[in-house]
Amino acid sequence: MKRLPPPAPIGLLPWLRSRLFDGPASSLATVLILLAAAWLLPGALRWAVSGAVWSADAEACRQAAGACWGMVAEKYRPILFGRYPYEAQWRPLCATALLLAAIVFSLLAPALTRRKPGLRLWPWLGAAWVLAPAGFLLLMGGGAFGLAAVPTELWGGLPLTLLLATAGIATAFPLALLVALGRSGPLPAVRALCAVYVETVRSIPLVPALFLASFLIPLLVPPRLSADVLLRVQVAITLFAAAYLAEAIRGALASVPDGQRQAAAALGLGWWGTQRHILLPQALRAAAPSIANSFVNLFKDTSLVVVVGLYELTGSLELALSGDPQWRSYHLEGYLFIGAIYWLGCYALSRASRRLEFSPRA
Amino acid sequence: MTPSPPRRFPHPLAPLAALAAALCLHALPAQAGATLDAIKKRGEIACGVSSGVPGFSAADDKGQWRGLDVDVCRAIAAAVLGDATKVKWVPLGSQQRFSALQAGEVDILSRNTTWTLTRDASLGISFAAVTYYDGQGFLVPKRFKVASALQLKDADICVQSGTTTEKNLADYFRAQGIRVKPVVFEKFDASLKAFFNGRCVAYTTDASSLAGIRAGEAPNPDDYAILPELISKEPLGPAVRRGDEDWLAIVKWVVFALIEAEELGVTRDNAEARLKGKDPAAGRLLGQGEDLGKALGLDAQWAYRAVRAVGNYGEIFDRNLGAGSPLKLERGANALWNKGGLMYAPPLR
Repeated sequence: MKRLPPPAPIGLLPWLRSRLFDGPASSLATVLILLAAAWLLPGALRWAVSGAVWSADAEACRQAAGACWGMVAEKYRPILFGRYPYEAQWRPLCATALLLAAIVFSLLAPALTRRKPGLRLWPWLGAAWVLAPAGFLLLMGGGAFGLAAVPTELWGGLPLTLLLATAGIATAFPLALLVALGRSGPLPAVRALCAVYVETVRSIPLVPALFLASFLIPLLVPPRLSADVLLRVQVAITLFAAAYLAEAIRGALASVPDGQRQAAAALGLGWWGTQRHILLPQALRAAAPSIANSFVNLFKDTSLVVVVGLYELTGSLELALSGDPQWRSYHLEGYLFIGAIYWLGCYALSRASRRLEFSPRA
Repeated sequence: MTPSPPRRFPHPLAPLAALAAALCLHALPAQAGATLDAIKKRGEIACGVSSGVPGFSAADDKGQWRGLDVDVCRAIAAAVLGDATKVKWVPLGSQQRFSALQAGEVDILSRNTTWTLTRDASLGISFAAVTYYDGQGFLVPKRFKVASALQLKDADICVQSGTTTEKNLADYFRAQGIRVKPVVFEKFDASLKAFFNGRCVAYTTDASSLAGIRAGEAPNPDDYAILPELISKEPLGPAVRRGDEDWLAIVKWVVFALIEAEELGVTRDNAEARLKGKDPAAGRLLGQGEDLGKALGLDAQWAYRAVRAVGNYGEIFDRNLGAGSPLKLERGANALWNKGGLMYAPPLR
């Protein structure tokens, strides 16, 4: 006779018992957390909600006991778009929307294919990733179709953060893949080269690397060969992130059991074929959490470009507030605002990587 | 002031900046007039400003730059290029400002930077002139009826820790033989909050920032006063890359021309009339009769255009820092030499 599991208890009390008061340790933790919440939440709510000022009224903010969200209402444009010319700020708005649409589409693509197995999304994805970056650069940079040219040093805020992060991820990942393969491959010269690259880049902090890219290269290279500062900084970020990523992928490659390699050889697959069809699919899925880790790091590291005079989200907040005596006391609110934006970006990245981890075929 | 008073610390990246300076000195040999030629070719001046110091250089919500340091760059653009709008603004943090100047990212650093021996002699840069005499001062609530720092005996004074501000405070009162109690805070915000909540009798930081604090952070600005004593010297002014004496001379003399214009009573509005007037000194300054611009590699009306663009030094001061601004700073040491201040232009002739 087949024995069924005992029926799951239904109702609020059993649910509470099984989730929150399952044994003395669990009960203690629940009580402690509730106490901490009761102690911290009222103050936080008083500051953030009931005592807060929501309109852009400097006088009200000055008298208020709580947060001054009115600062965000007053300053959202310089915070979000940095130094971009004020009248033309619809351009970074559209550019950001375009890039975000492509990103959201890509993140949703696996779910869409799962729901409709016959759906062929690859051509659409490819088109999106050709059109979105091209449209982004055209809208931001201008100089064609009647759009006034805007030099890259005026790009700022959210679009700059997004650009540095997406271009960084899009270029660092293939580079890291090549370096990881090179470092675990059969050619000694390539192996040594990749090892030198990884070890050198990993041993310098990002800030001096940005400094080098921004201020030393113009001194060493004749002006007409020197690239745009944004490009130089982007290259520095890519090289930096790729070194860490490469190690994550190499570790995952090494973790694939040797039997897989031998089986591939027995099937007559060459080195490339083995990597492509046998090792990488397994390795990349195993490495997904640490790859996501590197992506999240890269996303947040973009805030460091402010040291070389590029004003992305963090920098543009500083630029918007510190020169204005009326509003500069509300840095905390500003940091919470951009913190929420960073959180959204990082959360989306980690959700996407979880999906990849558990997908049947990556 | 900003959380860490920017201008008095060697930054962790200072060695890198020094390296950049050394490379710069080797890589770019001194070429007379090279900077001016490059600017004319480019059609704009790259001006290094701060990322936001009220009254000196700050971008408003629409990205318009305002401030004393900003107007200095505009005046130079007007004198050199004939158009005060031909300026590329490069906001710089305190850690990268010297590297940016050395690397040629900016032609002039006009970013409330204190002129000191070490900076002038070892960073590969030259200071051109002083545009603002700053110094560490005190902010007090008016209700205590304190009129001088010397009356602060045994008083609690709020100060931010780990800054030279704290050291200046101790040095000054030790030299005066007066005992005070510094109340030290690590964070700028915390020190200000404590002061405005009545924890201290006085708050100390740079005088020009005190004005911003009084205007922006005080619950009621009229309840607070800035004491007359300044206990440190912070002469602020524009700097240029070393090795191009011609460009240094242009920056220096545009600043002097603005000061001279105030001394002669030449303003933005009356410059046109004064150009045709009888006063030989004003005529010389504005390019009537004598051509002073030739010696600088400019045309005769360089100073006229500078004054027409931003006004004389007094007008610039009033608009950005003085009575016409929210900061309401007194002229003090920044008054003309013949009015009890330190602003003095060598003769323009």
